[in-house]
Amino acid sequence: MTLRLFIPRDAGALAVGADEVAAALTDVARQRGLPLEIVRTGSRGLYWLEPMVEVATPSGRTAYGPVTVADASALLDAMTAEHRHALCLGPVEDIAWLKRQSRLTFARCGITDPRSLEDYKAHGGYKGLERALSLGPEATLDEVKNSGLRGRGGAGFPTGVKWGTVALARADQKYIVCNADEGDSGTFADRMIMEGDPFVLIEGMTIAGIAVGATKGYVYIRSEYPHAVTAMNAAIAAARRGGMLGAQVGGSAYAFDMEVRVGAGAYVCGEETSLLESLEGRRGIVRAKPPLPAHKGLFGKPTVINNVISLASVPWIMAEGGKAYQDFGMGRSRGTMPIQLAGNVRQGGLYETAFGVTLGELVDEIGGGTASGRPVRAVQVGGPLGAYFPRGLFDTPFDYEAFAARDGLIGHGGIVVFDDSVDMAKQARFAMEFCAIESCGKCTPCRIGSTRGVETVNRIIAGEDRAANLAVLEDLCNTMKFGSLCALGGFTPYPVMSALTHFPEDFGAPPHRLQAAE
Amino acid sequence: MPANEPWSADRAREIISGHHGREGATLPILHEMQEAFGHVPEAAVPMIADALNLSRAEVYGVVTFYHDFRRQPAGRHVVKLCRAEACQAAGGDALAARAEAALGIALGETSRDGATTLEATYCLGLCAVAPAAMIDGKLCGRLDETRLDALIAEARR
Repeated sequence: MTLRLFIPRDAGALAVGADEVAAALTDVARQRGLPLEIVRTGSRGLYWLEPMVEVATPSGRTAYGPVTVADASALLDAMTAEHRHALCLGPVEDIAWLKRQSRLTFARCGITDPRSLEDYKAHGGYKGLERALSLGPEATLDEVKNSGLRGRGGAGFPTGVKWGTVALARADQKYIVCNADEGDSGTFADRMIMEGDPFVLIEGMTIAGIAVGATKGYVYIRSEYPHAVTAMNAAIAAARRGGMLGAQVGGSAYAFDMEVRVGAGAYVCGEETSLLESLEGRRGIVRAKPPLPAHKGLFGKPTVINNVISLASVPWIMAEGGKAYQDFGMGRSRGTMPIQLAGNVRQGGLYETAFGVTLGELVDEIGGGTASGRPVRAVQVGGPLGAYFPRGLFDTPFDYEAFAARDGLIGHGGIVVFDDSVDMAKQARFAMEFCAIESCGKCTPCRIGSTRGVETVNRIIAGEDRAANLAVLEDLCNTMKFGSLCALGGFTPYPVMSALTHFPEDFGAPPHRLQAAE
Repeated sequence: MPANEPWSADRAREIISGHHGREGATLPILHEMQEAFGHVPEAAVPMIADALNLSRAEVYGVVTFYHDFRRQPAGRHVVKLCRAEACQAAGGDALAARAEAALGIALGETSRDGATTLEATYCLGLCAVAPAAMIDGKLCGRLDETRLDALIAEARR
């Protein structure tokens, strides 16, 4: 009987040796004359267990991890003789970390072959499109509106409202643009879904096209993600061959096709108007709004521009209904969020769950604390423009409004964990440095303010005229916050001010409050 | 890494004509130029401008705006170290300093023998297996001193 293995081709798994493990298993099997089939999947998102190898058994898949090349022989022994190996994690579906999640958007990631349209369809793919085609554009739009889905890129704008604006616009050409310029440190959900289940994004974009009357889509992927580019291109070609993209999508009267465009290493191109400029072939300089991209977007045409996860959530919403999605979550944050645990964390990875889970649960229970074993001192939530939170704020529920109320943001759902060796003044300086490197240069507060910010933090660290320089820093942050067109200049003050507010002792001031209990 | 092709105006013309009629073709053309020649040669700029009906200044502006486009070829090996927050949290600062010391160059520089270019990158999306790096397109996660040293040795060849 052929042994059927599943090994991720996800970049995170490749970075820790998944290819080498696959090659070693193939070699050993060949030497033994053992028939072996390896399916390269996406990652399940349990990165501390990567490379994770799964084997098909009559009762489902059994997982092993983290596997090294040296384990290949013993692993095949265990799989064929069915005795337990030290790296055996048991049936994949029973792994608590996976079982506790609500995987809607990531339902197939790590399970299916991301190159196979048939596999996608066999696992419930294209059910959402089927329903959208039977409902028609208006009812599809209503379904997305009713789901309560908000932009997963970070801004949290209601997706259905954005689509509605484009649907009402009159033009000879409209576009669907997918923002896959996932530049925030600590985030990798877009990368994972593009590498692990690219068809779900294609399906989501196709549904968007039908709902608003757009026939052309672009996925703008950052150049740091070469594996995602390859995976998306392969999936688009497969979808075209299978009639799911082109003049008659799925045999319907609707036309929709799409292509991948690759960025060139500019963080600011994750800002939607800068991304549109880049797609048009120009410098990624931010545009003033209005006009909104929904009215005048790509090449001046009405354009839906959404983050990868927003679009990839639509097929589930259409297949199961907006109400079913709306049933997850809290307050005005409906549905699920793929939360990414990163940095100095023991159990890093992707955890999709309903909004409402607290920061403390995420970091201490799900993340298991730091990888270094030292106490967690700070976490940065929402990327380089997100605030640093101390343990004292770990009761904050994961919800757009709850984070905003505490001068933070959930952004794209990344959480970077730092232990007690972190120097928060250095982190504040880095936030300003990063803004200076990546500023597009259009707004003076961002372009000049970030450089002045670095200098001012340096003076504070050196103990020069501290009180006066702290006042200058605060003033600079205010100017950047209110005087910049986009989130780069406007949100850089979040990490800076949160570091200053919650960790004043790192800036040379005596602690102004008691440390929360560990 | 595949060796760079020598500059050829015919080859550049061929690349440009391959994108004929494409919407917003500037970035795709520049990417392909760099793939072929290892950088975007100065001589390609007026050719692109002419083909896309843009001014030279506009094309030059695009080349210089994006961190990816090189105006000189890189070393034989390119090491990109992730310097963003998740990798900083996992000990990336010390590793970056170690790489700079081992190669005798700072981030953003190329070694004098032309073997190695060391660059900072801001996020490879490998934040759950941090610290991370990319050498000649190959990804490397959970870097520690031993793995970094092996990587540097490879990049000096």
